[in-house]
Amino acid sequence: MTQGKYEMVVGLEVHVQLKTRSKAFCGCSTRFGDPPNTNTCPICLALPGALPVLNEKAVELAARAALALGCTLHPVSVFARKNYFYPDLPKGYQISQFDKPLATAGSVKVDVGDGEKSIGVTRVHMEEDAGKSLHDRYPSATAIDLNRAGVPLIEIVSEPDMRSSKEAGAYLRTLRQILQYLAVSDVSMEEGSLRVDANVSARPVGQKELGTKTEMKNMNSFSGVERALEYEFARQCALLDRGEQVSQQTLLWDAAKGEARVSRTKEGSHDYRYFPEPDLLPLVLHSEWLAGIKASVPELPADRKKRFTDEYKLGNEDIEKLTALPLLSDYFEAAARISGEPKGAANWVMGDVQAAINASGVPISEFRVRPADLGQLIKLVADGLVSRSAAKVIFGQMVETGKPAAQIAHDLSLVQVGDDGAITGWIDEVLAEHPEEAKRYLAGEKKLQGVLVGFVMKKSAGKADPKRVNQLLTSRAGAG
Amino acid sequence: MAVTQADVIHVAELARLALPAERLDHLVSELNGILAHMDVLEKTDTSAIDSNVSVPVDSTPLRSDSSGPLPMLTSRESFAPSIRDGFFIVPRLATHEDAAADTAP
Repeated sequence: MTQGKYEMVVGLEVHVQLKTRSKAFCGCSTRFGDPPNTNTCPICLALPGALPVLNEKAVELAARAALALGCTLHPVSVFARKNYFYPDLPKGYQISQFDKPLATAGSVKVDVGDGEKSIGVTRVHMEEDAGKSLHDRYPSATAIDLNRAGVPLIEIVSEPDMRSSKEAGAYLRTLRQILQYLAVSDVSMEEGSLRVDANVSARPVGQKELGTKTEMKNMNSFSGVERALEYEFARQCALLDRGEQVSQQTLLWDAAKGEARVSRTKEGSHDYRYFPEPDLLPLVLHSEWLAGIKASVPELPADRKKRFTDEYKLGNEDIEKLTALPLLSDYFEAAARISGEPKGAANWVMGDVQAAINASGVPISEFRVRPADLGQLIKLVADGLVSRSAAKVIFGQMVETGKPAAQIAHDLSLVQVGDDGAITGWIDEVLAEHPEEAKRYLAGEKKLQGVLVGFVMKKSAGKADPKRVNQLLTSRAGAG
Repeated sequence: MAVTQADVIHVAELARLALPAERLDHLVSELNGILAHMDVLEKTDTSAIDSNVSVPVDSTPLRSDSSGPLPMLTSRESFAPSIRDGFFIVPRLATHEDAAADTAP
């Protein structure tokens, strides 16, 4: 097989569950993990006569996502029925959008390692989810749970602009981060709130015409998407090498086996017999409403990275870590502003704070040490009022008790002593107790300074300001 | 545009409808009759009429996200052909003899 002769072409369809409390067209809860079919009603069960009414919040979240992806939001969009037969689709059609979607023509800038690449977003449209079919629960039967039926989704369809599995992975990770910043979805592949279908084809290098594509489904992680694309590209290259044709079909990825099996022959869009949904009028977005949505789009990851670089003068690696998640990023920024010490705040957030959050298992929004409190602690260190080692002890207490840093420092007598009289007294005692080291140090053996500082810190029970101890020892050596 | 026997068979397959061969000619003729009527309607000049002319309001009504579910007048068990552990039960699909969880399109 000669994969080098061929180029991979990938387009992705990403289904994102919108973070609403109720479903797209009825008031049933969208909560994940509830007992089967408990979140259903006459509308999402498609009982005769039940009519859908669109969820305002779903429209708001969908519009915000579309704007953040650089799309043109259309003032009028139309819902359509996508007809297909499947037991977890009670109506026999899915309410989706077809020829008049919510938004079109956006793009996402993706870091592909050796530079930035713009991946086109063809369209963002709204639709409802289907239920869930469990084929392995009972022998000879399929179990249907319709709790998910009618949950609001957006489908983000990319242009076939990706040329490798790595680019596809980078696009997905960038997209997920943008959606996290927008707070429009939980974007959890494990819970199914983000699902990816990948269209992949192979064509001889240099050929403009696209090859026949296949659609890969059932990937449960971004690395799974990358592996599935590599697998399918290799399969298509082998077919083309043998002079055979690629058939347009849907394949189901089996992560455990690392292979794909044919699901069904791909249906064309005309097979879905789309037609405008007669139970819903067109969705009309007014300019004043749109202005409100535009104003609600927060600072996005790329802009935040640039601003952090300019404002806080941090390195790329720190910036990537600190902007990975929006809440962590907000936490860092608040601590940096309050302390006036961005580098110190970065080190605390990436180190002790993350470790404590991971150990406690609570989300950062519920973490006991609020950024303002961390900022105060950092400020105490910067002002020389507590040592770095004492700050670690204080932080541990803050995690346990939620008390402010200054109070803990006071209660545990960890406030540093910067008073020359007290420090000089401790130095005198140390020099008297260690006459050999004192003699060599005063004779010019500078490397002993660290040892002597350590003795002084121990004698002061960690309270002496080490900076001042160093200064006083240095002046003592100069005088000696 | 005329419907052929192949079109009718294809659509019946998509809808999982068992179609007796003796009904085929009648259905082709019936569907072509409907399309012929559409052809007549299509000749009407509607260029000056807004496509939403019959729509009484300017947008589909929206509801608040906090509205609760509609009550069920009868229990799910009363109308589901088969229910077990809260799941609706249907015969295993022939396409899923080797079982796994999944959703169509």
